[in-house]
Amino acid sequence: MIFSITQVYWLAGLVMAAVAVFNLLDASNPKRWTTGLFWGLYAVMFLLGDKMPPEVVGAGVIVLALIVLVKGVGGGKPQVRSDAENKESALRLKNKLFVPALAIPVVTVIGSVLLKDFKIGGNFLIDPKNATLVSLALGCIIGAAMACKMTRESPVQSLRESRRLVDAMGWAMVLPQMLGMLGLVFSDAGVGKAVAHVTTTYINMDLRFVAVLVYVVGMALFTVIMGNGFAAFPVMTGGVGVPVLINIYNADPAIMAAIGMLSGYCGTLLTPMAANFNIVPAALLELPDRNAVIKAQVPTALGILVCNVFLLYFLMNH
Amino acid sequence: MDNSIINLWPLLGVAVIVVGFILRFNPFVVVVVTALVTAALAGFPVQKVLAELGTGFVKTRNLPLILVLPLAVIGLLERHGLRQHAQNWIGHIKSATTGRLLIVYLGARQLTAAIGLTSLGGHPQMVRPLLAPMAEGATETRYGKLPEALRYRLRAFSAATDNVGLFFGEDIFVAFGAIVLMTTFLHEAGVDVEPIHVAVWGIPTAICAFLIHSYRLHRLDQYIAKEMANAPSAASTTREGGAA
Repeated sequence: MIFSITQVYWLAGLVMAAVAVFNLLDASNPKRWTTGLFWGLYAVMFLLGDKMPPEVVGAGVIVLALIVLVKGVGGGKPQVRSDAENKESALRLKNKLFVPALAIPVVTVIGSVLLKDFKIGGNFLIDPKNATLVSLALGCIIGAAMACKMTRESPVQSLRESRRLVDAMGWAMVLPQMLGMLGLVFSDAGVGKAVAHVTTTYINMDLRFVAVLVYVVGMALFTVIMGNGFAAFPVMTGGVGVPVLINIYNADPAIMAAIGMLSGYCGTLLTPMAANFNIVPAALLELPDRNAVIKAQVPTALGILVCNVFLLYFLMNH
Repeated sequence: MDNSIINLWPLLGVAVIVVGFILRFNPFVVVVVTALVTAALAGFPVQKVLAELGTGFVKTRNLPLILVLPLAVIGLLERHGLRQHAQNWIGHIKSATTGRLLIVYLGARQLTAAIGLTSLGGHPQMVRPLLAPMAEGATETRYGKLPEALRYRLRAFSAATDNVGLFFGEDIFVAFGAIVLMTTFLHEAGVDVEPIHVAVWGIPTAICAFLIHSYRLHRLDQYIAKEMANAPSAASTTREGGAA
């Protein structure tokens, strides 16, 4: 294939390497050495992660955590333009400013939906297994080129802006990956099996409503622990869904699965473990409270969860 | 390991992370410590513990891509006033309130996700540069300068609306990964279902999600009106006294 996910990892690795170099060279950053080390190490894992022995990467992960522990990740003084300058170019460029920003989602959709199976000389244009991420990368490159041309800025300036935003997010940017890693460790260590064992052993599910409640709320709670519904679904469905709801109460499996997974998503709205959706946006929007997004979602998530209990209870034998 | 014996020790890993979050230790450190503790409790030798961390970290390299890649574009446009323009632009729509704007976005996000266009949104490429500034702009046009706490609340609601719209839209799309995961798992458990049925039965919850979150966004507008009536803002200080 012509554009593969490996190239996307290299691109991200190069951006992270640039972030490291800008920080190392920046005398205004009081933590420039540890910050540079953090992003530099992270860049190496992107560029060479699959070629290094896993034990070495694991040791690298611990070094990243140690740098965070000693509060070693910081940023320089960002060189932003004044409000007046911002307003002036906003007035000059007007709606044109939206074009490169919207190019990212539009190109991503075109690539992942329309060009997914497109071939040139027998080669896939876009890695079909990772069509969305590869298309996203293409969208970002096209968007960056448009933005540079329109604002007459250099590509180096766009890397400096990347660095400014990475600095603003800090280590929170790496947290989703850490939690993804933890999810894999949990499943290898058998946490799921243990949870299913405890749930089914200690709760009496002779009442249909209790069984539904355990399945729906269990999906949500287990998702809160694991950070994503995909990890919770096999555990709860294997432990409660199939043996109790389907085999004893004759639930329609399609309804059970659909409502079960969406109950897991209610859990996703509630947990810092779903860092990509909850913690990172708080950092990205520069909110002082790390949990502000979760707090805004609690009533919605609980409301939907209550609906799901009743929807499943009344619909499952329709 | 014998399959009939279930090792309950790894559950302590869950306890570690819960306690870590409750005591508000640094989440990054808590997660790495939890991974180490859980792998050790599962009885893995030291080298395997490290390898578990490394393999997991390399396998999940796709997660930060959506964050890292758009930054160059968004940063450059921000430097040239993208957020200011987004705020001005919404100011020209007279009927726009923050709640209504977010309700429209919620519906659009759910519908586009339901037909597979999940990438027409997201925090780095849509919420930070466009949605959140518009949500702030809509209120600012009506009431004047926002108190910081309210500004943060509007931003949090913008991020929340993107999440709710995505989550309760994407499961209606048949080709979505979650549907494949569900049908594959059920198939292995001896239960066969059609992916289209799973997708269709996501609709009742999707409707509930839209109604509940829209109601909360409607309430947000009322909350904003109340807050701004009490706040001594730039707009209200021009009038002397004013109705209490």
